[in-house]
Amino acid sequence: MVYLTRKIEFSASHLYHNPAFTAEENRRIFGKCNNPHGHGHNYTLEVTVAGEPDPTTGMVLDLKELKEILEREVTQRMDHRFLNYEVPELTGQIPTCENIVRVIWNLLEPHIHQGKLHRVRLYETPDLFAECYRNGAKPA
Amino acid sequence: MLPEWSEAGVSDALKIELGRRYRFAAAHRLHSERLSAEENARVYGKCNNPHGHGHNYVVEISVSGNIDPATGMIANLADLDAFVEREVIESFDHKSLNEEIPAFREKVPTTENVCKEIFQRLKHFPNARLERVRIEETSNNAFEYVGEEI
Repeated sequence: MVYLTRKIEFSASHLYHNPAFTAEENRRIFGKCNNPHGHGHNYTLEVTVAGEPDPTTGMVLDLKELKEILEREVTQRMDHRFLNYEVPELTGQIPTCENIVRVIWNLLEPHIHQGKLHRVRLYETPDLFAECYRNGAKPA
Repeated sequence: MLPEWSEAGVSDALKIELGRRYRFAAAHRLHSERLSAEENARVYGKCNNPHGHGHNYVVEISVSGNIDPATGMIANLADLDAFVEREVIESFDHKSLNEEIPAFREKVPTTENVCKEIFQRLKHFPNARLERVRIEETSNNAFEYVGEEI
């Protein structure tokens, strides 16, 4: 098995607020992330596809194709957007790194036809990230 | 608050981890009581310098668990940060690993052993499951420990 990873970056704003909590609870649980005006990050996304290289092309999958999928499903949807208000897949969820990475997995997986989506890792900052993989698949 | 696709079937098939990087600076000396002076010098090279030397360590922690739909979080970062600070950073940062961490009175403080010691200290984090500890001793050396395989 060969693991191929493609990296992209996008910038977006968000805030953490649960309308079921009081104002005080929101501040206590979410801290600075509860600022009603929002704040932003430069996100880095790493997408890993696992598979055997095709004997004819030598490729697990065509990187151009993966690049187009990432551009269409992630960049166009999230880059320079306010995640709470402009990304319908995140409606009703707190746009934490954990939730965004799960949304991205669900957006990408149906489009990966060569190889299998193996791991999606999203960095919110260089020191904070979340990653997603199929239960039982060891991350590589 | 529950999104449509977070129904059991879908979310159970996926595992989500949260990763966080921390830093500490510490001194160590690689020296084994089980080896002769000459063997220590040969095995550990410059790292056997009796006065010790130091590194800026980067510790990457991964935890897993269910995302709480009310907060969107596996674990509140403030809780995780406070736990790591108390259990690891306070006792490791700006310290001599050999002299000031009891585990390294007997074990050589290689970064392999530092990974295992930090894993032991963090595995009781109450809010999520510790998956792995990865340490970059320098930007060219990294070590990873995932606990004992069951």
